[in-house]
Amino acid sequence: MLLAIDTSAGTSVAVVDGPDRVLAQLDEPDTRSHAERIGTLIAAALADAGVTPREIDAVAAGLGPGPFTGLRVGIAAARAFALGIGRPVVGVPAHEAVALDRPGPVLVVTDARRRELAWSGFGTASDSALASGGGVDARLPRLVRGPELVLAADADALFAALAAESGPLAGAERIDAPVIPAGPLGLLAERHRTAGSASSVLEPLYLRAPDVTLSAGPKRVTA
Amino acid sequence: MTAEPLVLGIETSCDETGVGIVRGRTLLANVIASSMDEHARYGGVVPEVAARAHLDAIEPTLHAALAEAGVTLDELDAIAVTSGPGLAGALMVGIGAAKGLALATGKPLYGVNHLVGHVGADLLRPPAAADGTAPGDPTAASADRGELELPTIALLVSGGHTSLLLVRDLIDDVELLGETIDDAAGEAFDKVARLLGLPYPGGPQIDRAAADGDPRAIRFPRGLTAPKDRDRHRFDFSFSGLKTAVARTVEAARDRGDDVPVGDVAASFREAVADVLITKALDACAEHGVPRLLLGGGVVANARIRGLAEERCAAAGVTLRIPPLSLCTDNGAMIAGVGAALVAAGRAPSPLDFAADSTLPVTSVRA
Repeated sequence: MLLAIDTSAGTSVAVVDGPDRVLAQLDEPDTRSHAERIGTLIAAALADAGVTPREIDAVAAGLGPGPFTGLRVGIAAARAFALGIGRPVVGVPAHEAVALDRPGPVLVVTDARRRELAWSGFGTASDSALASGGGVDARLPRLVRGPELVLAADADALFAALAAESGPLAGAERIDAPVIPAGPLGLLAERHRTAGSASSVLEPLYLRAPDVTLSAGPKRVTA
Repeated sequence: MTAEPLVLGIETSCDETGVGIVRGRTLLANVIASSMDEHARYGGVVPEVAARAHLDAIEPTLHAALAEAGVTLDELDAIAVTSGPGLAGALMVGIGAAKGLALATGKPLYGVNHLVGHVGADLLRPPAAADGTAPGDPTAASADRGELELPTIALLVSGGHTSLLLVRDLIDDVELLGETIDDAAGEAFDKVARLLGLPYPGGPQIDRAAADGDPRAIRFPRGLTAPKDRDRHRFDFSFSGLKTAVARTVEAARDRGDDVPVGDVAASFREAVADVLITKALDACAEHGVPRLLLGGGVVANARIRGLAEERCAAAGVTLRIPPLSLCTDNGAMIAGVGAALVAAGRAPSPLDFAADSTLPVTSVRA
């Protein structure tokens, strides 16, 4: 049993049981109320799933990319919840949750604000793995490129070029994701755990350095 | 509910990630991770840099505090977290973590006012075995400092706040008498240090430079002390005019081709800040008939401000209280302390959907 939390876009919390079953998922699409909603949504997801904190085996944290202030709320809550129950945290890039179980190559696109988009390109699960009987590993999205930032104005041209190339992103479908659902995020974390590929990296995918410039020195006050 | 509740407090309102644990009024742990060094090159706290550092530090700081106190999460009676005032993005890291921890452990959660926390710091007592203060702490108190008597005037001075409070009751009756209308005093220290070519943080640098200077060399302005300010701003502060006056002095010296008299400027500036802070605090004591003054906030580390407070309080017959310096700077123990007072008084926990409030008024002790 796994609790999944994502605040890359709005706030989404889910409880999943194994690699295929979402027991509960609650979403708040508002992108300005993460600190307020995170507690009530965790409590409601646990209640909907009929699960107590002690029954949770691990916590999945969506790592963005996404607006920083909100993104950190979910990661902080996931880490502290895991600490509280003495269980591990699994970090999951949010775009992977959108790409999960897509039949073909996809370009996952989310709003990065300031007229930029964040995007990741996923190829299909490896043919050889499927041919050899699949297994959990074949059901994990294959990140080919990203996450990266692109100016919104340049996005169409970039994505058209990528989809036109031969290679893993050939014919890729563009998916603009206004929300990141915690259900698939949790399923992905469970599959990673089963495949032994769960990431302990919990750093947010900031993609941008803090917006600050070094001062050239105090301004003159006398004329 | 127990009179001596075991409470863990989380503080992330500025650049310090603090986790403290108290049992009633007894301090069991006070662990702080500061991102101050990361801000030094910018000359002041950068909110996004601070918030990133909080996320990195929160989990290790929680572990360290539990280890220092020698308690487990199961034993806690409640969790408290600063809900404001402070930097919104920084506050939200602490609130996110506190809500996650409270839900995982099933413990009640209290959102606590940061400024009331600074007052509550004075309630905390070290455990009988040790005195809990940092080595070399100039404000280290003897084992028994006596009880905080109420009502008291409280002067809270830091890089983010300069506030004068009348505290009749820690959790029921805290009144804001005045606050800065522009820069906080600590911010003024940082800005003047930069003008003088001294590094961040400015407080200790100005203190050092002032040691060789004459505090009467330059008469810098005392903000909001003119007769016309008495009606509307009697207990408010302003340091922006002072900062400009220092800049003019420094520029005039450079324009003449003279060396800037760094020691005299630092000493005269520090004297102006100390003078206006203590004058207004004692005016509040007199106005409200309260012969008690409590200092709090990181600027209390400034030796001259402490010294002048001691001198003038003694002359005015006002009892001065200064908590140990490790509890004056931002910390989680003071938040735990207020949380413990709320639990002991039988107050309900905060609603689970409370927000970070960057301008939370002191009248809201609990979120």
